Amino acid sequence: MTGFQTVLLLRHELLLILAAVGIIIFDLLLPPEKKTRIIHSSTILFGAVFLLSLIPVESGELFGGSFQENRLTGFMKDILNLAVFIIFLQSGGYLRKKENAHKMGEYFALIIFTLTGMDFMISSGDFLTFFIGLETASIPVAGLVAYDQFKSRSAEAGVKLILLSALSSGVLLFGISMIYGATGSIYFTDIAPGISASPLVILGFIFFVSGMGFKISLVPFHLWTADVYEGAPVNVTAYLSVVSKGAAVFIFAIILFTVFKNIIQVWENVLYALAVLTMTIGNLFAIRQDNIKRFLAFSSIAQAGFILLGIMGTGSLGMTTIVYFLLIYVFTNLAAFGVAAAIYEASGVETISGYKGLYATNPRLSLVMMLALFSLAGIPPVAGFFGKFFLFTSAGSQGYFILILIAVANATVSLYYYLLVVKAMFIDKNDQPVSHFKSPLTMRISLLICSLGIFFVGFASGIFEYIMSLSGMLF
Amino acid sequence: MNILSLFVLVPVLTVVGIMFTGGLKGTRIVAVVGMGIQLLLAAWLVFYYLAVKGSGDLNEMILVSDYTWFPSLNIRYTVGVDGISVSLIALTAVVIFAGVFASWGMDYLPREFFITLILLATGVFGFFISLDLFTLFLFYELAVIPMYLLIGIWGSGPKEMAAMKLTLMLMGGSALLLVGLLGLYFYSAPDGGAFTFNILELAKVHMPSGAQRFFFPLTFVGFGVLGALFPFHTWSPDGHASAPTAVSMLHAGVLMKLGAYGCFRVAIFLMPEAASEMAWIFIILTSISVVYGAFGAIMQKDLKYINAYSSVSHVGLILFALLMMNKTAVNGAILQMISHGLMTALFFALIGMIYGRTHTRNIYEMGGLMKVMPFLGVMYLLGGLASLGLPGFSGFVAEMTIFFGAFQHLDLFHRAATILVVSSIVVTAVYVLRAVGIFMLGQIKNKEHLKLQDAKWHEKLSTITLMIGIIGIGVFPLWLSDTILGSLQPFMDRLSAYLH
Repeated sequence: MTGFQTVLLLRHELLLILAAVGIIIFDLLLPPEKKTRIIHSSTILFGAVFLLSLIPVESGELFGGSFQENRLTGFMKDILNLAVFIIFLQSGGYLRKKENAHKMGEYFALIIFTLTGMDFMISSGDFLTFFIGLETASIPVAGLVAYDQFKSRSAEAGVKLILLSALSSGVLLFGISMIYGATGSIYFTDIAPGISASPLVILGFIFFVSGMGFKISLVPFHLWTADVYEGAPVNVTAYLSVVSKGAAVFIFAIILFTVFKNIIQVWENVLYALAVLTMTIGNLFAIRQDNIKRFLAFSSIAQAGFILLGIMGTGSLGMTTIVYFLLIYVFTNLAAFGVAAAIYEASGVETISGYKGLYATNPRLSLVMMLALFSLAGIPPVAGFFGKFFLFTSAGSQGYFILILIAVANATVSLYYYLLVVKAMFIDKNDQPVSHFKSPLTMRISLLICSLGIFFVGFASGIFEYIMSLSGMLF
Repeated sequence: MNILSLFVLVPVLTVVGIMFTGGLKGTRIVAVVGMGIQLLLAAWLVFYYLAVKGSGDLNEMILVSDYTWFPSLNIRYTVGVDGISVSLIALTAVVIFAGVFASWGMDYLPREFFITLILLATGVFGFFISLDLFTLFLFYELAVIPMYLLIGIWGSGPKEMAAMKLTLMLMGGSALLLVGLLGLYFYSAPDGGAFTFNILELAKVHMPSGAQRFFFPLTFVGFGVLGALFPFHTWSPDGHASAPTAVSMLHAGVLMKLGAYGCFRVAIFLMPEAASEMAWIFIILTSISVVYGAFGAIMQKDLKYINAYSSVSHVGLILFALLMMNKTAVNGAILQMISHGLMTALFFALIGMIYGRTHTRNIYEMGGLMKVMPFLGVMYLLGGLASLGLPGFSGFVAEMTIFFGAFQHLDLFHRAATILVVSSIVVTAVYVLRAVGIFMLGQIKNKEHLKLQDAKWHEKLSTITLMIGIIGIGVFPLWLSDTILGSLQPFMDRLSAYLH
């Protein structure tokens, strides 16, 4: 392997590290009165990173198999890059606030560093690289959550996240050590053939799932989600719910499909129960929320339950439906969070009851929000319908029809609370609605990208087929 | 480019056109032009279909075309029509055309109203041309969800509750349906090979009986919710009563037929064994729908509630006839779909017009309206007579055919159910004539009503279009019933192949 090939295989990670270091240095060089320049330059720089990483590279491995890169993992990283790019576009308005003037650079650097950790995690070929990637992705997030350091909620959320995150990492590591004890290796390729449903492996697996369940916020490991989402700045919440969760889902599926391939019965049973719990509890709690961030937190918990249905399908179909769903989820959820952020910055409103009468004053934002909510609920013709339908198809391919029945019942419940927001914006009357405002240009661009994604990713079957061809090569 | 795809394309282009126009006048003109083209297309389709069949074409479906959409899952965009879908497309085109005229004075957010209304129609047209269950399901949900906004924003009375109740019940139904469709898909290749959503392909496969028993009730109830199957009918009275006029027309006139059509084309046709095994359960439920709906209508004071309960009763009759599973009864069921679609659209249009003048729908607050608005009064009475099954109108043709077909069963259960259901005709006469007697005839109760005016030109156009259909079917029933009968043969063949 030549040096250049190594660089190509590591293109996502290297570019991200370069970008992050570049942003830190640029931030140091800027005089205080010109600090806001960092916002646009970072966004543009990241856009360039995103485009450069798109170069197709054939698969390969590095560092003695610790780092596995192939077309599919490359595509997953591209999805995460895209999501972060959209989030950067949405962050401008928030970062320009006076109290953030001295720490704008850190915002971008921290996000990019966590993203690097996630990329390493997705490409990991052994449990050690996986764990290091996971930790790199977790610890800086606490700093981001506590970004509004003088708001007690934000600081509290940061502390909650770091404590619980440490606990879950411990549990996860304990599980990994048991699996190491049972199989004698930390390399995925060595573990896979020798693994059997022995008590030690099952115990280790349960610990592993508990640790991952925390990152993906599956019930009953979800208790941190609502508080942290509510306390963190809106853009960071968007990052947590889309990028953080997405990366964890990707590697979770990869490990289940490769490492634990031989004990499929064990993990399908565990996932069955988790899926039912996650969908149901997430939905029931979402109904009662008025704060839009808490609302989206519980909605994203419920969505994680649906994703598990895709994982149940296993094989290339399962992997394809998950990646496809998460691509759609990026556009959908970021549209919802983008609108929430725009409204919060302009008016300070972050409750659903405060959205009443929004259509009269801000019709475009309301329409984007409605589109996003319909996509989350899985209503045609928007992309969410296709995403969810294929997740169900994936579960159906293994004959889990009762599970699908539970899932569709949950989808109907979720429609109820998504419609409550639509009702607030379009139907309810309000004497003092959020007054008309114009959001920054970057925010409008980001919402346009999201709306286009919501509209076309579903119809464009080519994207689905492309992912199918990528995962077909692996599973 | 397949000509059938125009039925989806024209409404979509109309929607785009409306987006770029403003104000009530501009939008309604675009809507009328779009739906007028749609009506002409539908008329052309009817004549084309008759010509093709007349020339001896024996294909089950005509104008079939097939595009691969998601190759790896074998999801295709397949369209094609037979006599049944042609007649339902024609019905839809007539009702939506009349519906646009019925919303002529929609001054609150007119652009959004027409966009949502036509989006709903897009779903309906797409549903009737689809031969692939995936696109069928997509269009089905597309037809349901705009209802929420249409009722919630432009409705009257307890509209938020009604809109939410209707949407959740219908989407709950479609959730069950989704499981049923996935079941059909994954049992479509018993000998290996690719799974398929294509109805014509699925009709060649024999699904295992055990699987049929699990998936048939899900599919039937899933579609049945939209057909107001007892006990899942409760969305219908509230929803129809709160909806704006054009939406009630389209919903009761066409959308409820989506449910019945789905029960016929998907549930019974593709899973005949389970259908005949479980028919007795659903015959009982639909008999309750018919009788209960009719009695429910007697008790109502609100004109829209009367008509909504009457719809529960009449659409229940369609499902009842489908479950009889013989040629005459099923033919009657399809006739009833068309006939009830026209009648109920006419009723809701008239009720909307009357309400627009009197600002009440309570029949006890009105009286003697025939004197001040003779045109609307006569139309209402004619519609009522059609509804109670007077010969010369479409209702008589459809109901007679259904009862003939149902009575062909020789066993006690079917006979008893039929006799029970026939008795609903009497009840229908009671509620129709009672309502007419109270609010149309007699003395004028409210002096203010003396100042009211009769129908304007666009209202006349809207009602006359529908009335022509009703009388046309009543006088020349063979024309329509031949169109349908020709297409029933594959259905009957499949039933007899698996049942006897």
